[in-house]
Amino acid sequence: MSQVAQGKGRIGFIAGFLVLPLALYLTFVIWPYIQTFGYSFTNWSGQSPTFDFVGLDNYAALMKDEVFRGALWHNLLLLVFVPTVTILLALFFAFMVNAGGRSGAGGVRGVWGSSVYKIVYFFPQVLSLAILAVLFGAVYRSDEGGLLNGFLTKLGLVDPVHPVEWLNQPDLALWCLLLVVVWHGVGFYLVLFSAAMQSVPKDIYEAALLDGAGRAQTFLKVTLPLLWDSVQTSAVYLGIAAMDMFVLVSTMTSGQFGGGPDHHSEVMATVLMRNFLYFGKSGYACAMGVVMLVLTMILSIVTLRATRRERIEF
Amino acid sequence: MSMRSTGEGIGRRDLIKRSAALGLISVPTMSFLSACASGGGDTSTKGPDKGAVTKENPFGVAKGGKLDVVVFKGGFGDDYAKAWEAAFDKKWGTTSSHLGTQEIAAKLQPRFNGGNPPDVIDDSGAQQIKVDVLAKGGQLAELTAVLDAPSLDDPAKKVRDMLIPGTVEQGTQGGKFVALYYVYTVFGFWYSGKLFKEKGWAEPKTWDEFLDICTKAKAAGIGGLAHQGKYPYYINVVIMDLIAKKGGLEAMKAIDNLEPNAFEGNPAALAAVEAVYEVVEKDLLMAGTNGLTHTESQTAWNQYKAAFIPSGSWLENEQLKQTPDDFDMKFLPVPTLADSKLPFEAIRAGAGEPFIVPEKAANKAGGLEFLRSMLSREWSTLFAQQANSLTVVKDGVDPNVKLRPGTASAVAAVKTAGSNTFSYLYPDWYSEMDTEIQNASNELMAKRIQPKEWIKRAQAAVDKAAKDPNAKNNHRS
Repeated sequence: MSQVAQGKGRIGFIAGFLVLPLALYLTFVIWPYIQTFGYSFTNWSGQSPTFDFVGLDNYAALMKDEVFRGALWHNLLLLVFVPTVTILLALFFAFMVNAGGRSGAGGVRGVWGSSVYKIVYFFPQVLSLAILAVLFGAVYRSDEGGLLNGFLTKLGLVDPVHPVEWLNQPDLALWCLLLVVVWHGVGFYLVLFSAAMQSVPKDIYEAALLDGAGRAQTFLKVTLPLLWDSVQTSAVYLGIAAMDMFVLVSTMTSGQFGGGPDHHSEVMATVLMRNFLYFGKSGYACAMGVVMLVLTMILSIVTLRATRRERIEF
Repeated sequence: MSMRSTGEGIGRRDLIKRSAALGLISVPTMSFLSACASGGGDTSTKGPDKGAVTKENPFGVAKGGKLDVVVFKGGFGDDYAKAWEAAFDKKWGTTSSHLGTQEIAAKLQPRFNGGNPPDVIDDSGAQQIKVDVLAKGGQLAELTAVLDAPSLDDPAKKVRDMLIPGTVEQGTQGGKFVALYYVYTVFGFWYSGKLFKEKGWAEPKTWDEFLDICTKAKAAGIGGLAHQGKYPYYINVVIMDLIAKKGGLEAMKAIDNLEPNAFEGNPAALAAVEAVYEVVEKDLLMAGTNGLTHTESQTAWNQYKAAFIPSGSWLENEQLKQTPDDFDMKFLPVPTLADSKLPFEAIRAGAGEPFIVPEKAANKAGGLEFLRSMLSREWSTLFAQQANSLTVVKDGVDPNVKLRPGTASAVAAVKTAGSNTFSYLYPDWYSEMDTEIQNASNELMAKRIQPKEWIKRAQAAVDKAAKDPNAKNNHRS
């Protein structure tokens, strides 16, 4: 009897703590989601409080919307390349910085100057995306004033009268943006992987070295398996970033909320914002938002499931 | 246990009676209090704040009242508004409060909802509150009284007669004139008077002459035409102006009215696009201009890297810091193609920056008087000097006042054009169609599509817009 009362008291106690954050969470996170879901079935213009219920019309239109389908395809491309390239580079650099060096003493250490590299690599992460957009805007500038064009012109690889219009080339724009994301992300994941590597006991490495393992073998057979949890989490994070991409695309490429030239760098978020704020098709934009939410959730679940492995305790 | 109330307590009936009486008293008191809280004299409750209505004071502005002004602080800055307020305070003995901001909606939405809006608002910029939304909500004072009031410059005339044509139509919502679009913008090409003098180039009047100068410029190591490639809005100005000039106002209206032959099968449209494409084909563009932002390409043009650039008359003020002192900026109407229906002097022109007076403004009379003063030559000149742009006041700039060269040449062009002005409405009516045509223009300038393909894409955009439910409401004749 007293146990039951105790249990009830404990529940009350815990609930007392949870009630406020839960209420805030419901109001500011869950409720907007539900609202978006509701609006996605209407023809709301976003500028007046009146709208009609249109059922699944928005979703049907979405299926036929070539611009949105193109954007989805670009997001999927980014989804494949952003995490893969970023993680591979970060892993490589992290390994070099932590265990890539080899000294005569036989210890495990990074390449020469690795403590400096670690800090330098982290620099890009400190910059906000908005600054990054300005910075790379100057790099990709389409006349001689651009860093890339200026450099290539000096080398005589580019005709100064016809410089490369990096972000105005249908087949280049998206990859130029990909490069920026990777440049921005590698440093952070390098530090993340470094931390994970440092928590791996040195004796495991030493044992591998004594057994005559080379660098590549040490990396593939020892480092990577022990880092798998971090890699998995990174993949989910980078995947979500690849599904977004709004800030870079909207500021760096041409068009209302970016996406140019001629929709060749369009991502779902830019199409959404254009419909929401500029075309006055907010109900339609909400339907896009719902599709993005569902896709991102599927992505997270699939990534976590597909990369599940046995945990290695150490 | 009787049910009758005694003197000790209050019966149910008494309670209701008393609370009703309390309500009757409290309602006016509350509005009185809120009028005080809003800081201005509410004309309906405070007698002394309403001045006598006279010929000089048609709205009955009270001397020594307060005036609350909020302006959008964008490309024109807000110095002009400060100069106006000083002039207003001097004349009426008022105390003006001034707010220059870009966040119009964020700052004003709560005030509109709270019933204490300012007295005058320049409702512009990316975060403007849409005028039609405010009008539908009954938030805007009707400004017809201002139009019918005597003009400050010539009391024999009405304010209405001092405005350039189209001003009233543009500010009318649902049959009521509620917004005064004040800044008059002309569109066309711009060039450096200094550069042209140095090179001995004359102002081109035909497209062939225009191409000729571009070719000479290219030979001299300068780009011919620069445009704001990242924003194809600007090159569309050139294309659309050429169409309107070649095909006449009918060709322009066909586009606004989404007609099936707006572009396809319209020889004027094809000729216009081919003319612009000639610049691309003959390699007369400034190097890299297709990928530059407006500031980047305009600055390059200011550095004499190109002969021409298209823009609206806000250009001079926007580039104030980047323009060399002796640049001598000049406006050029878009040159004409052969057999054009409109003359070279014709220009695209329209008004921007809607000024409004809220219906619930504390000093509504002051707000209306402020608008009447804005439409005087004195205030219009102040604006031209401070913001380097024209206003909707006819000949609104005192000829004795020295303007910056670009503004001065735009004033001259407006005068020469006379009634030969035209204006497209589709960008405001059909933003999706506008965007698609802009995309096509971007492809055209990058030489990725040909004029015929541009026509096809533009017509597809028109046909798509024709299915828009809004298409029923919009029609111009």
